[in-house]
Amino acid sequence: MPVTDKVPVHLLVNGEAYEVMVPPYKTLLEVLREDLGLTGTKHGCELGECSMCGVLVDGKPYLSCLAMPLDLQQAEISTVEGLANGNEPHPLQRAFAELGAAQCGYCTPAMLLTAKSLLDSNPRPSREAIRQALAGVLCRCTGYLKIFEAVELAAARSSTSPPAAHV
Amino acid sequence: MSDELSIVGQSLVKPDAMGKVSGQTKFADDLMLPRMLFGRLLRSPYPHARIRRIDTSKATAIPGVLAVLTGEDLPVKFGILPVSQDEEALAREKVRYVGDPVAAVAATDEWIADEAIDRIEVEFEELPRYMSLEEALADGGGEPIHGRTNVHKAVALEFGDTEEAISGAAHQREDIVFFEGNTHLPMEQHAAVAQYGQDGRLTLWSSTQTPHYVHRALGKVLEMPMSRIRVIATPNGGGFGGKSDIFAHELVAAKLALVTGRPVKITLTREEVFYAHRGRHPVLMKVRTGFTKEGVITGMQFQSFLDGGGYGSYGVASTYYTGALQTTTYAIPRYRFEGARLFTNKPPCGPKRGHGTPQPRFALEVHLDKVAEELGIDPVNLRLRNLPEPDSRTVNWLRITSCGLRACIEKVAAESRFLEQRRAMPAGRGLGFAVSSYLSGAGTAIYWNEMPHSEVQLKVDRGGGVALLCGAIDIGQGSDHILAAIAAEVLGVSLDDIQLTTADTDLTPIDLGSYSSRVTFMAGNAARAAAEKVRAILFEAAAEALQCDPDDLQARDRRVFRRARPEDGMTFAQAVVAAEAKRGVVAASGSYTPPRIAGPYKGSGVGPSPAYSYSAAVVEVDCDARTGEVRVPQVWIAHDIGRAINPMLVVGQVEGSVYMALGEALMEEQTFRLGLHKFPSMLEYKSPTALEAPVIHTYLVETIDPEGPFGAKEAGQGPLLPVIPAVANAVYNAIGVRIDEIPITPDRVLKALAEKAKGRLPRVGPRRVPAFAFPALIQVERPPEWTQS
Amino acid sequence: MDPILVLRLPRLRYVQARTVEEAAAIVGSDGGRAMLIAGGTDLLPNLKRRQFDVATLVSLRGIPGWDAITGDPQAGMSLSAGATLDQVARHPAVLSGYRALAQAAGLVSTPQIRYMGTLGGNLMVDPRCNYYNQTFAWRKAVGFCLKKDGDICLVARSSPRCWAVSSSDTAPVAVAFAASVVLQGMAGTRRVRAAELYRDDGIDYTTRKRDEVITSVEFPAARTTTSAYWKLRRRGSFDFPIVGAAVVIWWEDGVVRDARGALSAVGSHPVDISSYLSSLRGVHPDERLIAELAAAADKPARPLDNTDLSHYWRKRMTRVFIERALRDAAGLDPQAGLLTAQLKS
Repeated sequence: MPVTDKVPVHLLVNGEAYEVMVPPYKTLLEVLREDLGLTGTKHGCELGECSMCGVLVDGKPYLSCLAMPLDLQQAEISTVEGLANGNEPHPLQRAFAELGAAQCGYCTPAMLLTAKSLLDSNPRPSREAIRQALAGVLCRCTGYLKIFEAVELAAARSSTSPPAAHV
Repeated sequence: MSDELSIVGQSLVKPDAMGKVSGQTKFADDLMLPRMLFGRLLRSPYPHARIRRIDTSKATAIPGVLAVLTGEDLPVKFGILPVSQDEEALAREKVRYVGDPVAAVAATDEWIADEAIDRIEVEFEELPRYMSLEEALADGGGEPIHGRTNVHKAVALEFGDTEEAISGAAHQREDIVFFEGNTHLPMEQHAAVAQYGQDGRLTLWSSTQTPHYVHRALGKVLEMPMSRIRVIATPNGGGFGGKSDIFAHELVAAKLALVTGRPVKITLTREEVFYAHRGRHPVLMKVRTGFTKEGVITGMQFQSFLDGGGYGSYGVASTYYTGALQTTTYAIPRYRFEGARLFTNKPPCGPKRGHGTPQPRFALEVHLDKVAEELGIDPVNLRLRNLPEPDSRTVNWLRITSCGLRACIEKVAAESRFLEQRRAMPAGRGLGFAVSSYLSGAGTAIYWNEMPHSEVQLKVDRGGGVALLCGAIDIGQGSDHILAAIAAEVLGVSLDDIQLTTADTDLTPIDLGSYSSRVTFMAGNAARAAAEKVRAILFEAAAEALQCDPDDLQARDRRVFRRARPEDGMTFAQAVVAAEAKRGVVAASGSYTPPRIAGPYKGSGVGPSPAYSYSAAVVEVDCDARTGEVRVPQVWIAHDIGRAINPMLVVGQVEGSVYMALGEALMEEQTFRLGLHKFPSMLEYKSPTALEAPVIHTYLVETIDPEGPFGAKEAGQGPLLPVIPAVANAVYNAIGVRIDEIPITPDRVLKALAEKAKGRLPRVGPRRVPAFAFPALIQVERPPEWTQS
Repeated sequence: MDPILVLRLPRLRYVQARTVEEAAAIVGSDGGRAMLIAGGTDLLPNLKRRQFDVATLVSLRGIPGWDAITGDPQAGMSLSAGATLDQVARHPAVLSGYRALAQAAGLVSTPQIRYMGTLGGNLMVDPRCNYYNQTFAWRKAVGFCLKKDGDICLVARSSPRCWAVSSSDTAPVAVAFAASVVLQGMAGTRRVRAAELYRDDGIDYTTRKRDEVITSVEFPAARTTTSAYWKLRRRGSFDFPIVGAAVVIWWEDGVVRDARGALSAVGSHPVDISSYLSSLRGVHPDERLIAELAAAADKPARPLDNTDLSHYWRKRMTRVFIERALRDAAGLDPQAGLLTAQLKS
């Protein structure tokens, strides 16, 4: 493989600027894990069929396995490594731990980020809104219930407003 | 101060939780070592073929390719069971399913590795393929998959004269049902990283549930002393039984590291995970039972036909498991089991959550539901009339200790108002009921030996820290927490004081693996034994300092003190200092060996367990009679856990089991077309999403098992079992059709409704089992309690 | 030879176009080995499975105004092809005037895919088939099919044509609304009715020329319009439609002035069923009429055994979903219809 097919890519990940030389056909997932060492982002299919590779791009849940880094040079990318504030876990991380919402932990990074995106736009979501928001991330361990409960707990702790009226 | 438990029984945050929510947990594919190579496997495109020739020269010539392997490089056969050493890391003479590994490469990146795979030339000679039970049994089908016949295993056991018991009974019934195969689909693909040092030592990191068995297989296949091989199981991103075998990519990664002297990683693609499989066997079953008019079982005959796939794997055990646990769920006075596993040209089946028992559980619970109706006895009552007794022995010699099945049944029946509501709900809705039992660990190891099944080493340090070493691997089920909680409880320290080192064959003593729901029971007992020994050492030293009898001491809240005068004591760390000053290193080990309780017959090694868990479930379904679609809004489930070491984690296991069961009941299936997997992808293998998640009401029943650690039994598998038949029974109560075939898909429901509309038997399911000559029945004498009655 | 087994993209060039003209010029001059990429959620999985031979991808994401949505139901709306499915699903004017479009966009796959995927991309979803949407290794093992690398249709072996399934949720809505699609190529800009964008062929499924970029979709004014889209699939997310029914009704003085409909996933193109709905004109439909029309309107649906669940069942479900969409658009409880998928004895 010619080394010359690498191109410079500038990425802003968790508020930190990175410049890497990578082949342009590497996906964001591959660059995050292999070139930036951010292995908190997982992968389960490479085809957009499981969402284990979920990250946030400008606050929106994105599939890093289907995202091209060259197109994201102006974007803010968030991964699970950037969720905590220093040593202070994000309320979602704390709630997931406290309620046993992470069993094997493999879908957890994508679940957390997707839930964060939801809470950022809807601080007290109904159960139905949570189900809809998380419907794109598969989990084989939990049956999802503890994940729903953890999102609700984090929302309750972070917000003063009551939860949305309908269940 | 009381003797109340302070950690056991509490829903505490498990020790690995923060690593998982922070993304810091390193799964196998997260390991990136300097100079690491990428390995890939070339897999067979044919379901059944002879390998005529392999030419690797073009692959070897590609710059960046550092090694190419074929079967000749790894000629030693292996298999998880000593009786089934039928696998090769890379096939040498024949391939037996699409996906069977044939060759392998290691290269500097994945693109080059793949190009090299593509350049390997293999000449195959296709052989007739066997894609179903019927094809496997057909005469004149050509060359069998292994040996002279496609019958991998056939067993026939009888405990008492069942024919007499059934034909002479007031009521008898026969049912034939089918359970399609499905797969574990862990979210993490299997991955292995191997490293071979100039010091001649090999290390393999692998997402495996059974590092000890992988260790043994590496020693055998690589023909290296086990003392120079280190296997480290990485946290499993889901296992469910799918990572409890020995896989080609583990052996190949190790060999590639040996050949190249560089670290090698092989991560399976999702498609390859479907080929690795070892999942739920498709099983065709016939059950025939006699009853008194009061609904008491007089005898049962059970036949199962397992579609095993291309290799043995755990199949001999799976075969026995389809017959073993009928008797732990119901008191069956006479019992006959005939089982056959057939080789087919599909990925090998093996153990998935419930190993070999969800299929017969489906058969039996649907069968009993039909019998209940025929006898005019409600389904709950019928079960209650046939319950096993605590502290009893089954007709096939399985020993039951605690049994909370009655309490489980009564709880879910009451909470769901099952008897009032089952057929009284709005149109299309109904409730179904079923029960189950499961092992708390297999009573025998996979290879015959007299050593313990689980071992723990414990060392305390002067600062009050506790190092706990154990071979067990956390696959998400919470085994790390169980070990830490039990040690912390016994020693009276906090969970945070326990430092765990697990699943590292260089450092940790044996645990056989995270399979058969054994870890809480067995590793938990080993941890308890080790901690009690350490506590005794500390109490001896503390008693001397406090001038009291060691028996008067208690450890709690990081203190060691006199039970009668709690203010009279010292800190835990002071007790350690006192003990260390007195006798040096404060450490101990604990082991657990299950009681030898197998019956006096061949095959009795499958089924015995030191304790059985029990579950009962009620499932609500919402069926659309116009479309055949079935939804599950609500599930009630009670589980006899013995004692919940951590109720939150137990509930998590129950909820996860319910989820997996519903996927199997309604949508998941591993099916084949034109000789290969129909759709090996996450999109087409239908794993339920958050939108399919029902409300689950979980009730824990505690029976405090006399032999479990603090009375605990298993939670990881048993709760899956009753849910699948409960769905089928609920569909019947909702719309009056019997779907005797799993999964219950909408087209099947509509077909049954059409039959109903035509006034025919409202049923979809198999009508016959193949003609098959089982071996002569082995007549086994029943335990005394059954022959005397 | 490019790699075929791992799910990595082929070694390709990645060009970020600044204008539509530039994109059209690159695609038009690259000898058929360049493809356009917008959201990438359909293209990249297919590329990882080597369903296309591509040397260059031309990204449209940097084109100014690429995701604009303008207009209102009174005057008609123009949706840029680069508007994400999430944008379309949540847009207040789309929700009020073109409800079926919002529903269809909001039912595509997962939230993640809807944040990334675009309207133009969904209209152009490569027709799907479970003999085709498989890895190179799988397709090689089963024997390559007509659509890629082979010369036989594995679904219908004697068929001279490809039966891959049109699997777009938004395409039948665009067809039912009689929306126009604006295409810009090297030769200039042209506008076609949505139905004319498609051909009934699993391979050659579009009239879009290689060098043409879909720039926008124009929906006509919808002042007195109701519409609905109903999607059949196994799970509430991820899954492509296995039947999709889009219905639009134009009302006048309390009666139907015109009604149009189209189906997804029952053929290689969005199947127009408007001719089956003509007797709705001039009446205020009751549920018996709706059921009668829906029962007949599944006639052109030809599901085959190449997607999820049995094709017999999908065929029988088509009428049920047409009925639901019609009832929904007519203000009746969609799920309380009279039709059943059951075969009558």
